[in-house]
Amino acid sequence: MAEAASMSAAPALPVGPIGRHGVGLWGVGTLVASEAALFAYLLFAYFYLCATAGPNWLLESAPSLRIALPNTLLLLASSGMAWWGERGVLTQRRGQALWGFGVACLMGAAFALVQVYEWHSRPFSFGTSSYGSLYFLTTGLHEAHVIVGVLVLAAIFLWTALDYFSPRRRLSVSAGVLYWHFVDVVWLFVFTTYYLTPYLGFGR
Amino acid sequence: MTLSSPAGYLNSAGPRAGAIVPLTWYMLIVSILVCVIIGWVLWRAVRAARANGGDAETRAVAVEEGANGVHWIRNGLLISGVPLAVALVWTMATLAAVSGPPEHPALTLDVTGHQWWWEVRYDSDQPDQIFTTANEIHIPVGRRVLVRLHGADVIHSFWVPKLTGKTDTIPGQTNLSWLEARASGVYSGPCTEYCGAQHAHMMVQVVAQSPSEFEQWRLRQLQPATPPTDAASQRGAALVEYRCGLCHQIRGTNAGAHAGPDLSHIAGRRMLAAGLLPNSRGTLAAWIENAHGLKPGNQMPNQNLTGEQLTDVLAYLELQQ
Amino acid sequence: MKSADLRAPTIGPDSVAHQARLLDLWEGEGGIAGFFSTVDHKKIGVRYIVTAFAFLVFGGLEALLMRLQLAGPDRALLTPDQYNELFSTHGMTMIFLYASPVLSGFANYLWPLLLGSRDMAFPRLNAFGYWVYLAAGIFLYVGFLTGNGTNDGWFNYVPYASRPYNPGLNEDFYSLGMVFLGIATTVGAANFIVTAFRTRAPGMSIDRLPIMVWGTLTASVANLIVVPAVSLAFLMLWLDRQFGTQFFNTASGGQPLLWQHLFWIFGHPWVYAIVLPAMGMVSDGLPVFCRRPLVGYSLVAASTVATMILGFGVWVHHMFATGLPGIGLSFFSAASIAITLPSAVAVFAWLATIRFGKPVITTAFLFFSSMILLFVIGGVSGFMTASVPVDWQLTDTYFVVAHLHYVLIGINVFPVVGAIYFWFPKMRGRMLDEKLGRWNFWVMFIGFNLAFLPMHITGLMGMPRRVYTYGPDMGWTTLNQITTVGGFVFAVGILLIFVNVAKSWSKGRIASANPWDASSLEWSVSSPPPPYNFAVIPKVASRHPLWEGRLPANGRSSLDQGMLLDTGKETVGTTALDAQPDIILEMPEDSLAPIVLALGLAGVFAGLIMKIWLLTAVCTVVLAVALIWWLWPRRELREREAVHG
Repeated sequence: MAEAASMSAAPALPVGPIGRHGVGLWGVGTLVASEAALFAYLLFAYFYLCATAGPNWLLESAPSLRIALPNTLLLLASSGMAWWGERGVLTQRRGQALWGFGVACLMGAAFALVQVYEWHSRPFSFGTSSYGSLYFLTTGLHEAHVIVGVLVLAAIFLWTALDYFSPRRRLSVSAGVLYWHFVDVVWLFVFTTYYLTPYLGFGR
Repeated sequence: MTLSSPAGYLNSAGPRAGAIVPLTWYMLIVSILVCVIIGWVLWRAVRAARANGGDAETRAVAVEEGANGVHWIRNGLLISGVPLAVALVWTMATLAAVSGPPEHPALTLDVTGHQWWWEVRYDSDQPDQIFTTANEIHIPVGRRVLVRLHGADVIHSFWVPKLTGKTDTIPGQTNLSWLEARASGVYSGPCTEYCGAQHAHMMVQVVAQSPSEFEQWRLRQLQPATPPTDAASQRGAALVEYRCGLCHQIRGTNAGAHAGPDLSHIAGRRMLAAGLLPNSRGTLAAWIENAHGLKPGNQMPNQNLTGEQLTDVLAYLELQQ
Repeated sequence: MKSADLRAPTIGPDSVAHQARLLDLWEGEGGIAGFFSTVDHKKIGVRYIVTAFAFLVFGGLEALLMRLQLAGPDRALLTPDQYNELFSTHGMTMIFLYASPVLSGFANYLWPLLLGSRDMAFPRLNAFGYWVYLAAGIFLYVGFLTGNGTNDGWFNYVPYASRPYNPGLNEDFYSLGMVFLGIATTVGAANFIVTAFRTRAPGMSIDRLPIMVWGTLTASVANLIVVPAVSLAFLMLWLDRQFGTQFFNTASGGQPLLWQHLFWIFGHPWVYAIVLPAMGMVSDGLPVFCRRPLVGYSLVAASTVATMILGFGVWVHHMFATGLPGIGLSFFSAASIAITLPSAVAVFAWLATIRFGKPVITTAFLFFSSMILLFVIGGVSGFMTASVPVDWQLTDTYFVVAHLHYVLIGINVFPVVGAIYFWFPKMRGRMLDEKLGRWNFWVMFIGFNLAFLPMHITGLMGMPRRVYTYGPDMGWTTLNQITTVGGFVFAVGILLIFVNVAKSWSKGRIASANPWDASSLEWSVSSPPPPYNFAVIPKVASRHPLWEGRLPANGRSSLDQGMLLDTGKETVGTTALDAQPDIILEMPEDSLAPIVLALGLAGVFAGLIMKIWLLTAVCTVVLAVALIWWLWPRRELREREAVHG
């Protein structure tokens, strides 16, 4: 065949996503960038209102850390568990992976429930003032992200249980865990802004 | 077609707007020159066209690297940089000249934007020298007048093109502007932040007068309402207190509400309904009876007075010079 | 590694049998199911363009009605409320439903072809973006047609948009509709970014990208970052209106200016997002008719990015009259004046390209080259408003209306119509009528300038924007009459595009693969292109693959010999900067998931506007399920191990 004569082969390439390699993670990266911007605007709104609204804008000049701090640590630990689970996929220890994702998922769900309790224990509501509105909008939007993240972790748990993944084919795992880390990092910014900066004197 | 308008700002009547005029002309002329030069260069370049037609004509002209041409970008930027730098420096200088409110104003006004009229309060250290009027600001020629701007409902923008640029009236904050007229005259200013149905009919008028005339006007404003002089105006006064007084104030009477413009000395004003109508007996009657037809959406209800009642009300209001 | 993980793609020539294999793999289903499930970027691109032009017509009719109302003083053709809804809907339509989506349409259609790829990075997301755009557009127009159209201008300042002053559903439709539309914009932007960085033909390094790709990529990065600002603002407004939050209520610590900041942090970059891709079209199209490469490619590409970076820092120039402190005003004024320079780079580059080229006057050339002048006029009027004290006089007058129409029509509509004349042959395989094209151009050009050039003077004479009428004593009558006449002439010009497209649709001269003898990859494939775009993946060695040999010191691209990739629905992924092949991408089949997801979203928003919370809840569950279904790791996409599970 004359056609075959001109055929040659390019260097070998991975077929589909291998490891973290592929376009999927780029997609999650753009999602994270956009969501990060959303929270940046929420925090901009906080500091803008704080700066322009005059004294007594904060409805709590010393927000109680009794629930918020342990809950923050819970969320961080959940991120750690998700990372540990991903390590399990990478090292082909399915038991570790299931434990990691399962516990991370449960801790995330626990965080979400505690957050609801935290809302109820606030001495103000979303209609009290712009501070109240912004507090509930910011933590509420974060809560929505937590719920999505918990669903993602549950899906990853399920897919791991179905033995879908290997160290090579695991883009869904890496993408999901990346998203979960993002949700946790965002919380650190929200937590610092709402719970810690008043102690540093902002808005007081 | 004439290019002059009561709201044109390329000829000013006071220092605040005046300081901006040369800069505006500079930028306008630079802009026009840029457009003419670019247009001319473009025209010259296009006139050298090799062909005129469609795809076949395009294909017939061979592709070539051509001259590098990057020097056009470099030179173009260098040349543009000069007028831009001048504009920047001039802008900063003008900003410094016009932005600061006067330190010792001859007069301080509180102007509040309402849907769709302007409340004007003449402030003073002495409480008995304070009075309120609407839509018409009298100022003495050659004196600096500080204007504190307040928002009552939505955002409006205070603008007297021949005297001062725009400053918004925003609920929850007080903005500052200032006025000074070089010559006596009447200067109109439409509201320039969209504010709803009747944004088109929200005109403020600044009447600049000689200091003595202004003082006369001011003293007149401080007077309470003129009492009725005959039976008709007496009946009119009762109606005004009872009906108009639900929303309006006329100082020295029982009409003391503040939802609408202050009507004390309404007969002395030039315009009605924030610049909608010239003030006369006929237009006032039309306004009272058919405010909604004339200015749809505005908050003054049609009054549905009988002919006789209307005559009485007009008789009374006409006394309020 | 197992063989399924790694493969050396065969490099070979194109052949009939090979094309048949590819057609088999890439040709989607026909019929109704195929219509709703297609993920072909070309079909989606054309849908974007057609839908955007439909909205252009709606917005245009609204404008004509307004021009009739303003054709004389104290006219009563429209009530104030009707006029206010019309001008608000006109702005919303043109800015959000026409200007940006039409560019997305061209980018969707052209990008894979320009980049030497077989589809976008995320074809299903692409389809989803279109369906959401369509649904959000319908949502917004349902508001308008039921008498609940937005009525506070496109930038929708509070408190007028708040419930006490605006009790109807008008602002609820706008708020929710804009949040809805923001989803389409964001996923579209994400897709463009990943496509630009990851699915270019081997060898198409970042310095060989067409400028249009630079423009759209820059715009997409901006959209990704700034759209959340406006979505957040509209969400806050809706919550204030319906649930008693206090974001903008001064009585409870809220701030009307918070709205303006959030809106313009979005709004100004958005303006660049709807002109930079169009400027890119001119940068790519104009040189073809000048028979030479663009002058200063690198400078133009860099200035595109620089414009956007500066564009993030000028939003306050929309707020010069809000009483901000002088220091801040000076900063934003200086930045706004400085942004003139990167914009000027493109102007000089285009002029030099014409001057040092051998221009051939075609209809597309007329649209592209006249845009330079319109761009300059829109630019210098923008420069004037950048100066704070001058802006205190100019702002919110018809001067600004003239300015923004020179920007939006001059830098968006003219290039877009030029692009239709340029690329219609590629899309349809037939040429548009050149003679009618000349009429089309001159009627549009004369009508446009007749309408909007005098409008600068109307503004200098103090006519405020957004007034439903004006008095006879203001001296604005004649100018307004001229503008009205110009507006109708311009509308006839727009109509001629439709006439030409209709006439040429099936009767136009057959177009060859490269009728204009242009230089970029889309012209190397047949007109219209096959479903798989490229039978072999091209290997690019220069900025002008189809002009090689005619330009000095150019590499040799390989267009008829390359990776065959015909064993599955595949294309090649490359590294971000120098475009070395580094992955074989498995492309998804047609899918109904995008439209199901878009319908679910529409249900969520329908529930929110009608306050049928159950509908919203049910549709949210549908969304979650559809999303998991979509993301379920698939064997054929190699998202999971073949041997496991």
